Order: sequence, then C-alpha cells, then structure tokens
Amino acid sequence: MTRSATRDVIMTLVVSAILIAVMPMLVGTYTLTVLVIYGMLGLSLGLIWGFGGILCFGQAAFFGLGAYIYAISAINIGESTLPMILAVALTAGFALLLGAMMFYGRLTDVYLGVITLVVTLILFKFINTTAGPQYKIGDARLGGFNGIPGFQTLNVPGDPGAYIWGDALFYVCAVALVIVFLLVTWLLRSSFGRIAVGIRENETRMALMGYDVAARKTVLFAIGAGIAGLAGAFFANWAEIVTPTLFSLGQSAEIIIWCIVGGLGTRLGPIVGAAGLAYLKFMLGQQSMIDNTLIMGLVLVIFVLFLPRGLVPAIGSLWQASVGRTARRRPARRMRRARHG
Amino acid sequence: MAETVLETAGLTMRFGGVTASDNVDFKLQSRELRCLIGPNGAGKSTFFKCVTGLLTPSEGHVFMRGQEVTGWHPHQIASLGVGIKTQTPNVMDALSVHENIWLAARRFFDVAEARARADDVIERLALGPIARTDLGQLAHGERQRVELGLVAVADPWLVLLDEPAAGMSATDVDRMTTIIHEMTRSAAVVIVEHDMQFIRSIAETVTVFHQGAVLMEDHVDRVMADETVRRVYLGKNA
Amino acid sequence: MDISFVILVEMLYAIASLVLISAGLAVVFGMMKVINLAHGEFMMMGGYATITAVGLGVNVFVAMLVIAPLIVGLIGLVVERLVIRHLYGRLIDTMLATWGLSLMFIGLATMIFGNTTTGISTPIQGFSVGDYQVNGYNFFIIVMAILLVVLLYAVFKGTRAGLIARGTMQRSDMAAALGYSPDRIYMATFFCGSALSGLAGAILAPLVGLVPTSGGAYIAKAFITVIAGGPSLIAGLVSSAASFGFVSQVFTFAISPVIGEVALLVAAVILLRAMPQGITSRFFKGKL
Repeated sequence: MTRSATRDVIMTLVVSAILIAVMPMLVGTYTLTVLVIYGMLGLSLGLIWGFGGILCFGQAAFFGLGAYIYAISAINIGESTLPMILAVALTAGFALLLGAMMFYGRLTDVYLGVITLVVTLILFKFINTTAGPQYKIGDARLGGFNGIPGFQTLNVPGDPGAYIWGDALFYVCAVALVIVFLLVTWLLRSSFGRIAVGIRENETRMALMGYDVAARKTVLFAIGAGIAGLAGAFFANWAEIVTPTLFSLGQSAEIIIWCIVGGLGTRLGPIVGAAGLAYLKFMLGQQSMIDNTLIMGLVLVIFVLFLPRGLVPAIGSLWQASVGRTARRRPARRMRRARHG
Repeated sequence: MAETVLETAGLTMRFGGVTASDNVDFKLQSRELRCLIGPNGAGKSTFFKCVTGLLTPSEGHVFMRGQEVTGWHPHQIASLGVGIKTQTPNVMDALSVHENIWLAARRFFDVAEARARADDVIERLALGPIARTDLGQLAHGERQRVELGLVAVADPWLVLLDEPAAGMSATDVDRMTTIIHEMTRSAAVVIVEHDMQFIRSIAETVTVFHQGAVLMEDHVDRVMADETVRRVYLGKNA
Repeated sequence: MDISFVILVEMLYAIASLVLISAGLAVVFGMMKVINLAHGEFMMMGGYATITAVGLGVNVFVAMLVIAPLIVGLIGLVVERLVIRHLYGRLIDTMLATWGLSLMFIGLATMIFGNTTTGISTPIQGFSVGDYQVNGYNFFIIVMAILLVVLLYAVFKGTRAGLIARGTMQRSDMAAALGYSPDRIYMATFFCGSALSGLAGAILAPLVGLVPTSGGAYIAKAFITVIAGGPSLIAGLVSSAASFGFVSQVFTFAISPVIGEVALLVAAVILLRAMPQGITSRFFKGKL
C-alpha cells in the first residue's frame, strides 16, 4: 500500500471515530442510525453513478430487496447473521442478472434509466398485490401493502437471544458504514476502480483497448446493488417492519437527490448529502407550515441549476483555493454533460 | 514468406441500399506498413470499422493471424493484441495523460509493469511535461499523440489507425511519422488517410479504394502516377 | 358476441388512454429531446384545474378542453423560462431538474388542496350491450385520442409551424441557421406539450380520484411509452401505445388488472432490450 493510501485510511478512521463518539451527543442515536443507513445507500449510488457513469433510477429497488430478503429469511431462519449475508448476496445476484441484461444489450443513458425505473415499479406493484395469505415464502407472509412486521432483528452472531438494538445498533451500522467506505476506497484505488472510471469517461476507447465494458459495468452495478442491499437489511432492523414504500419512486428520487447535492465523483458527497438531507427532512417533518416534498424538490432544482457539482467538490475547491493550491480536478459533472452533449 | 496478420475475404457492408464496402479482399503481412486511400465515401472507414469490430460486415470474413474474427466485439479484437485508433480522438477527457496510457497498458500487463511501460511511452512520445494534465485541457495535436501512445503502450502486433494526421500541425505530423516507423519494427500498421503529403512521406504499399471496392494496390509511386487513380482520387485536372 | 365487443372497447380504451397520457411527453421529447419528469404532475394539475373550474360553475367540457390545457400550458411556459431553458442539450440534467419540479408541484398541491381525494363524476352516461355494462366515458376517451392523433398529424404535416417544428426536430442547428429562433420554437413546443399534458389530466380526471401524488401513476407509463416508441413522434406514440395497451389488457382479462400493469412493464423491458432505440428505429422508419 502506498503512503497516501495509508494516510487516507488513517484519516478516515480518525474522523469517523470522532464522529461516532461526538454525534450521539448532538442527535439521538435512533435518528442517527437511519442517517447512517441512508449514507450507505447514498454511497451505493454514488459509487456506480459517480465513478461508473451508470445512472440508476431504481437504486431503491435494491434497497427494498435487501430489506425484504432480510425480513423473509430472518423469519424463516430465526437468527440474523445468515439473513444479513443473504440480503447482500441475493440483491447483488439480482443486479448481476439485471445488469447483464442491460449492459450486454448496449443500453445506455435514458434507456438504462427507463429499465431501472420500470423494474422498481414492477417490484413495487407486485409486492403491493401480495396481501393474500397465499403469498408466502416459507413461514413469511409477504403481506402486500401492509408489509412484513415481527421478524427477528439483528442479534450477536451465534446467539439469537442477544439482540442488538438502540445505541448498539447505531454503533454496528456506523462501523459497517466505515468498513464499506474503506472497501469502496480500496476498490476505487484498485485497477478495477480505475478502469471503471476510464469506462465512465469513454466506453468506446476502453473497448478498443481490449476491456470488456459490459462485463465490468455489470460487476460494478452488482457491487453497488450489494451495498444498497446491505443498507436495506440494516433499515429493516432499524424500522422493524418492511413495507412496499421502500421500493417507491420517491425513494429512488431521494437517493439521486442526495448524490447531486452531496457531489458526484466523490466518495464522501453522497454520504454527506444523504445524511444531511435526511436530517433536514426529519427537522421539516416536525413543522407543518411548508410541505417537505416541496422543499426537497426545490433543493434538487436549485442544485441542478446553480451548484451542479454538489457541495463536497464545491467546498473542496474553495478549500484548495483558500490554501493557495490550484484545483487540478475538473468539475465532477463534466462526464454527465459530455455524454449528452 | 512472412506471416499474414490480417486478411479479409469478400468483405461486404451494406447500409440499406448503399454498398459501402464491396467484396474487399485484403491481405497484410507482418511488419508491413500499408496506407488505405481513396476519395470521400470510398469505403475506407467502413472497411476499417468492419475490421475493428465497430461494424459487423453484411458478408465476408475477417481473419487475424489465421483466426476468424468476423463479428467479434472491438474489445475481443483488441484483446488479441490489436491497437486501434479511431478517426475522432477517443480519449478519457477527465483523466491525465499518464492515467490514460496506464489504463491502456494495464489491460495486458500487471500494475507495476503497466506503470513502467506508461512512463516509457510518455518519454518516447515526449509527453513528459504534460503527463499529469487532463486530456480535456490538451490541444488537438497533443490528444492525437496521446492516443497513439495508448496504442503503442500495449505493444500490439497489428495497428489500425484511422486518419491519424487529421488536423495536425507539420511538427506534429513529423513526430507522428517517427512514432509510426518505430511501431513497424514490431507490428504491421494499417493507416487510413486523406493527407497525400503524409502518405508520400510514410507509405510504401498503398491500397486505393473507390466506390467501396479495391481499385488498385501497388507501391506509392506507381499509384500516384496511375491515370485511373489520379482521375478518381485527385480530380480530373490533376 | 357481446363479450367480444366489450373486450374490443376495453382494448381500444387502454390504447387510447396510453396515447393521451403520453402525447404531451412525446411532443416535448420528440422536439426538444427533453424528458419532462414533471409530466405526471402537469396532468395532476390539469385534473385539479378542471375540478376547480367545475366547482366554480363552469361547464365541464369547457373546463376540460379549454381551461385545463390553457392553465397547465401557462405553467409549462413559466417552467420552461425559469428552469428548462438553462438546461437544453443536457438530457440527464433536465430529467433531474424536472424531477425536482415534480416534487415541488406535489408539495404545492398538497398545501393548496390537501392530501385528500377529490373528483368529479363522469359527464357521460353508461349504457349496456347485452348483459354487459359499458362505460360511455370510455368512448369519449377513445374519440379524444383519435382526434388528438389526427390533430397532431395535421399540424405537423399541414401547417407552417408544423414544418418548422419538423425541421427543428431533425436539425435544430440548421433551423436556427435559417433564421428560426430555436429559443422561441422550444418555448412554443413546451407550451403545447404542457397543454397536452393538462388536457390529458383533465380528460382522465373523472375516472380517478385525484390526489396530489396522482401524477406518479402516469409518468412511468408515459415515459415508457415515449421511449419505447423511438424516434418518430406520432408513429412511435401510436405503435408503442398499441403494443402496451394490447399486452396489458390481455393480461388484465386473463388474470387481473394488477398483473396487466406488471405485464405492461415487463413488456417494456423486453421491448427495449430487443430494440434499444425504440420501435420506430426498426419499423415505420422515417415516418412522422
């Protein structure tokens, strides 16, 4: 490992240790837990969109799948370790199939958007119809629009009686997010990650250099979905119920807004965007003057128009300018504009 | 007898009613340098695209080192060790020169070896001063040179270049001629080109395309002197 | 005999409503290569405009066919000037911005009309065919859809504005070079597209209970229909609406309405996988 990579890891660990220690004094851990989970969900889209150039309108589908797979398998298995693994693995597997279908079909841009959106809708509509008692997987009734309550929540591995909840759940989620963040960092530094960025920049060129673009995009897509699935499984543990709204278009829209606001092409941006906006929404939910959907919409429009790079890159270049270094990085957004120019 | 590295048999490409490439038989020996010329719409670029897998020919076959590669994807053809440069500069704009070239090398070599080869090519192509600059900020000639670097770094045995001299200054063209000559030490090179000046300076054997088919194939001097070629390509009064 | 008549009407109705739902989006996408994700909310606003106008004592058909398209068209005009104008040529950015707008409109409608269902009754009586009851309003929708397609065709083929529009569709730079301001063409197009969305929302309003989030039900279908239609505006719209309407009705009759909807979506995925550029990239090439 190079020196800069080591420094990166140490910085990440120190900053996140401080945050994990300090944040619970400012915000309740119950709220913090869901912010951390949303951060992970934001990171999952930030990875495939910001670094892979794959705009998925259906990241919520993977979030919902992860949650449902966890709930269903937890009811059947009666403990949480294997269901957590299944939630990640099966979601990634589903994305692998979906991705292969799309990327080997050479679908790009808006067509990719349509398919991912449609798949989300299919899941949403399908799950909504499963209210009847005939819809069950093992002992788990799918429950239609009522969702699935009452499943085994997170426990210490090997001891189904030792539940992890409240403050402990927060610490588990936070540590999981740090681990996922470090894994994403490692992935992006690896050849695979650098090749993914190359593909984002110019698919044709990468293919002409001998890279199997479709295969690589499929794998990256599946990794992103796996992370979203993990976030979904944690969400199921936090909410203690899973409902079809997890698959809703509104949920997908929110993930995209987090990435835009936080900043694409950065690892931190989507996490900050997710946690920040989710907290804002939570605060807005406590007043009834202004509808908070209105505010979310306004935030998205304003960022697309006036700060298309997002907060983190903007603050980053402000910082660099103020310490006198020239910002070498291009605007993170160019790749998107270039694709549709 | 040298090995045939590229061969097409009856290669035909139709777009609707237009036959852009008409029954082309083409052979290229290893370490040969060949220029494809012809007026606009003669079918050079279509031929190029069929060979590189960017288009799938309607009829006919493409062989590389004796292996049939008809209908393969570009990445499969490139993986054989074929270096391809398309007509418009095709580079990763938001990445630096070094990153671009490293990515090309990484396909065939491990991380350390790729870095070493990238450094080497950057030095050979005199890209050192701009190695850390993003491609998006470079001038056209520099971008063309970097793309040639992308091709060279993978150590190909067959190089296919579509209009490498387009829009370049005289100094840039000179430099590129040197690079291409260097490539022919280890690879066969096919160049699709418009620029007669450039072809005169570099070519030995030239294949002339006209209306999708091969009109003639001979040494550059005899091609230039040929009446038919002058008529179809250089205009009647040339 | 009666049952086949009923099925035929239902089939035509399904296709007609897809045409209505998608027309506004198709015009905007075909002309400007802009996907307006607030399209569903434009329809929702068309519905509210109708209901409000009827509440104020306006004749229901005047409210539907005149007032709603005008109001939504004007809202569209404002949106185009304030937001879309700045994002031309950036497909994904316009999608994101209009998605933001759609959320804003939902929020606004919730604040104004409340999160409750409102509706008006259908202004046309049903009648029976043999043992079956047929909803008379379905005929109205079928007729409106046919009129709409004919009107679109006539405008594009027969008028000067339509000619300019078709030219802009092909090559906006050339149209600009010939002296037609793309800015004004786009403005007019977006007004028309929004008005069509408003019209569709108004016509469909009596069939659904309207809530501020009603738009969500339309946008996905419209989006799919337009994208699957491909490059030709009218041929694409009609052919993909016909395919999806047919598929969804077959499954609706065979199994259930929800499975019909799911079948529509699955058909869309298969269709786009087989023809990534849409139906009219392979069939009806070069048609309008």
